[in-house]
Amino acid sequence: MIALQVDGRRHEVDADPATPLLHVLAGDLQLRGPKLGCGMAQCGSCTVLVDGRAVRSCAMRVKDAAGKQVTTLEGLGTPERPHPLQQAFIDEQAVQCGFCLSGVILTAKALLDRNPDPTDEELRWELSGILCRCFAHGRMLRAIRRYAAQLRSSR
Amino acid sequence: MKLSPDAVPSRRRFLAGSGALLVGFGAGSSRTALGWQGLGPDGGAPPRGDPDRLDSWLAVTTGGEVEAFTGKCELGQGILTAQVQLVAEELGVAAGRVRLLQCDTDRTPDQGTTSGSNSHPANFDGEGLARAAATAREALLARASERLGLPVDGLGVRDGVVFDAVDPSRRVGFAELVAGGSFDVPLSPTARRRAPERWTVLGTSFPRLDVPALATGSFEFVHNVRVPGMLHGAVVRPPGPGARLEGVDEGSVRDRPGLAGIVVRGDFVGVVADQPWRAFEAARQLRVSWTPGPPLPPREDLYQQLRTRKPSRDTLVVDSGDTPARLTAAAFVVEATYLHPYQMHGSLGTSCAVADVREDAATVWSPTQAVYPLRSALAMLLVLPERSIRVIYRRGSGCYGLNGADTVSYDAALLSQAIGAPVRVQLGRRDEMAWENFGNAQVVDQRVGVGEGGAIVAWDCESWSPRLGSRPGSDRPGNVVTGSLVGFPPEEHRARSPAPVPSGSFRNGSNAAPSYVTGCVAGRCGGTGTVTSERVLTHSVESVFFTGPLRAPGRLQNTFAHECLMDEVAARVGADPVGYRLRHLSDPRLAECVRRAAQAAGWEARPSPRPGRPGSGIASGRGIACVLYKGDNGYAAMVAEVDVNQDSGEVLARRLVVAHDCGPVSNPDGVKNQIEGGALQGLSRALGEEVTWGERGVTSVDWRSYRSLSLGAEVPEIECVLIDRRDQPALGAGETSITVVAAAVGNAVFDATGARLREVPFTPARVKAALAARGEG
Repeated sequence: MIALQVDGRRHEVDADPATPLLHVLAGDLQLRGPKLGCGMAQCGSCTVLVDGRAVRSCAMRVKDAAGKQVTTLEGLGTPERPHPLQQAFIDEQAVQCGFCLSGVILTAKALLDRNPDPTDEELRWELSGILCRCFAHGRMLRAIRRYAAQLRSSR
Repeated sequence: MKLSPDAVPSRRRFLAGSGALLVGFGAGSSRTALGWQGLGPDGGAPPRGDPDRLDSWLAVTTGGEVEAFTGKCELGQGILTAQVQLVAEELGVAAGRVRLLQCDTDRTPDQGTTSGSNSHPANFDGEGLARAAATAREALLARASERLGLPVDGLGVRDGVVFDAVDPSRRVGFAELVAGGSFDVPLSPTARRRAPERWTVLGTSFPRLDVPALATGSFEFVHNVRVPGMLHGAVVRPPGPGARLEGVDEGSVRDRPGLAGIVVRGDFVGVVADQPWRAFEAARQLRVSWTPGPPLPPREDLYQQLRTRKPSRDTLVVDSGDTPARLTAAAFVVEATYLHPYQMHGSLGTSCAVADVREDAATVWSPTQAVYPLRSALAMLLVLPERSIRVIYRRGSGCYGLNGADTVSYDAALLSQAIGAPVRVQLGRRDEMAWENFGNAQVVDQRVGVGEGGAIVAWDCESWSPRLGSRPGSDRPGNVVTGSLVGFPPEEHRARSPAPVPSGSFRNGSNAAPSYVTGCVAGRCGGTGTVTSERVLTHSVESVFFTGPLRAPGRLQNTFAHECLMDEVAARVGADPVGYRLRHLSDPRLAECVRRAAQAAGWEARPSPRPGRPGSGIASGRGIACVLYKGDNGYAAMVAEVDVNQDSGEVLARRLVVAHDCGPVSNPDGVKNQIEGGALQGLSRALGEEVTWGERGVTSVDWRSYRSLSLGAEVPEIECVLIDRRDQPALGAGETSITVVAAAVGNAVFDATGARLREVPFTPARVKAALAARGEG
C-alpha cells in the first residue's frame, strides 16, 4: 500500500511502486485532470503539481510521490468555483479540445507562483515542453498573462 | 496489403478458434448487469427514428426544457455551443434550457460524419437541426394560437413561453403545448427561420458551454469513461507495413500480474489486463514474431516514385482542350514543381475507446467522427447485427480528421468480444503515430502561360498523390490498421488511365483547380477565376502507408502549389501579388477577402521580392494566399509577414492577418478560435511537420521525431477580419485558414529574400538551400 495525498485527500493505493503516478491518478483514483498523452514526458498533458512543482506524472514513479502534496487540475478549482487562473482560461475562451490543459495551466501556475512577473522569454521557456495540437496558443498566453497581471496587482 | 482468404470471419469460427487463432482465455471477471437503459444522459427512451419527423430532432421535457438531438458532434471546434445557440434562437428559449445530445446511434439522427467543414452547411442552413427548430417554433405557435384563441401573428415567444403580444398575461408554456413530449409532426420545408437581423443568441460570441469543465479538469473525455467490470487492453502492432504475424509466445507474459488474456485474430494482437499500466507492460513484454514486409521505398525517392507508380487512377477535373496550344503561343511560361510530404494528425492524447461486447449486443463509447458508419463497420468486424450495436460518442483528444479514433474503437471491440468483458483501450504513442492514416503526400507540376499584356492565358496543372484506405465508412473496416490486420481489405484502388473527359459539372472539392481558372465543364463555369484555357489532371496512386483526411485534405497541398505559383508568375510579370490576383479573380467574395486581408495588413502594393533586401542576416517580407475552400465551402485570404534568418535558415512568422467569409457568422469568437488554431496548425505543418520512415517502418513516432510547434514557440497573434454575410448560406470555417498558411508564408519568404520554397516543410536546411539557389534560375 502506498499513501498518497492528492488534491487534499489521502488515498491508500495498492500499486506496484514503479507504476507511473499518472496511471494511479487516472486509473485507480479515476481523476480526470492528468491525461496520458505520450507516456514519455514530451507533451505535458499528464502534468500535476508535486509540492508545488510542475511534474510529468507519466515519468514519476508512484512511490516517489508518496508523502508529497499532489495537486491535479481538478484540485485547483471546480466549474462552480474555478481557480483565478482557470477563470482566466474561461474568460479568454482559451481552449479548443482541452486535452492539453493540465500541462498548460499547471505549468503556468507553478511558474507564476515562483515568479508572478516573468519575462516573455521566461514564460516561453517554461511552456516550451508543452504541446497544444489545436494551437490555441495565443489565447492561452493571453489567459496566463491576464492571471499574472491579477497576481501582481493583488500583491 | 495482405488479404486474408477469410476476409469476413465468421463469429462461430472466430470463437471456436479455427480460422482465426485465439490464444486468449476467459477473464473470469464479474459481470454486472449493464443493459441499454441508464446509459444515455437521462436514460430515456430512444427518440431516434425517421429524420423527416420533428420528434427525431427535438423534444420538450415536462419541465419545459428543450432537448435537441444532433449527428454533428463537438470535437473541440465549438459546434456544440453553436448548435445550442441555434436551437435557443429559433425556439425563443434561453440557451441554459437547451440540452443537446450528440452522436449516439440510439438517440440521434444519422448525419453521417462530422467532417469536411460540413456541420454548418448541414445544420444551420435551413435543413437538419435548423429546419427542425424552425418547424418546432411553427408548431408551438400554431398550438398556442389554438389554445389562446389568437392569430399566430399576434403571439410572442420568449423564454419557452408563448404569449399574447397585447396582453402578455395570456400565456402558455412549451411543456403544455407538447403534451407527452411528442410533437408528432413532419419537418416542414417551409417553416420560417428567425430573420438574422433579429438574432439575439446566434451571431453573438456566446461562451462555449464546455469550457468551465475543461478548464477545471472535470470534463469527461472518452478516456475517462468507466464501465463496471471493465478491463484494460493494449495492442501489439506489426513492426512495419506488410509485416505478417508468425507467432505469439504466451509464455513470455505468463508471470505478468493482472493479465486477463492474449487475443490474436489474423495479424491483430492484443492483451487484456486488470489495469492500464499492466496491459501496456504485458504488451511490451509479449514476445511476438513477425515476417517482415518488403523494404519500404527510400524516403528521398518519394516524389519520383509518386510520378511513376502504377497503376494510377487519373481524373481530369477540367480540360478546355487548348492548353498545349495556348502555352506554346504564350509570351512566356512559368513552370514549377511543388512538393508536400505525408503529415500526421498527431493527436495530443492517444486514441481511446471503451467497448462492451456481449453475445448478442454491443455498446461502444468512441471518439469517432462517424457513429453510424462505425456501427456498420463494427457489425462486420464483430459479426453482429447492426441494430444490436450502439455507438455513443464521447470526446477524444482533438482529431483534425481521421486519427486513431475508429481503429481504437475496433481494438476495444475485438478485445471485449474475445475476452467477454468490457474493455478500454488507449493506444501507445508509437502505435498512434506509426499507424494512423496520414495526410497524403503530393507532387504538383504546373505550367502557366503569360500573354503579351502580362495576363495569364493558360494554366496547366498535374498532380500525383498516394492513397491507401481512408475513412472506413459503413463497409470498409480494412481502411484503417486494425480492420486490415484482422483481414479486411482496404478500399480497392481502382485504376483508370487515361482519365475520362470531364462531364457533369465543375467540382473542385479537393481544390485541385487553382482559384484563377474559369472551371468550365460542359459549357457551364463554376470556377472563381478568369483564365479560360485550363487543364487539371490528377493521379491517385497506391500508398505504402494508410492515408486519410487530415484537416484540409489535399486542399492544403493543392493550394500551397497554386498560390505559390501565382506568386511566381506575379513576380515574373513584375506585378503586385494582390493586384495580380484580383486581376484574375472573378468571384466577388473571394476578391473581397483578398482586398480586406491586404487592407487590414496595411499591404504596400509593389512587386516581390522586396527591393533593397539584405543579402544576409534577417530579411523581412510579406506574402498573400487565398482559397475558396472545397470550391464552395468558405472563403479565406491570409497575409503573412515573416522574418527569415538568412544565416540559420529559420523562418519566423511575425504576423498573420486573415479575412474570412463563411456566410452568416454563428459565433464570432468561435470562428476566430477556429481561424487562429487553423493558422497556427498550418504554420506548424509548414515549418516542421513531416512523416519519416526507414526501410522497416515509420520513424516519426514521438514528439522528438515529429516536430510540432510547442506552446513556448514564438508565434504571431492572428488578426481576423470576419465578413458576416447573413443573407448567404452557412459555410464551413474549420479548415479555411489552415489551407492558405504554407502558401502565404512561402510567398513571404520569397518577398523577404528572393528565395522560392517549393517543398514543405520549410526546414532551415531547405531554406538555406533555397537561399543558396537564388539567382541560379
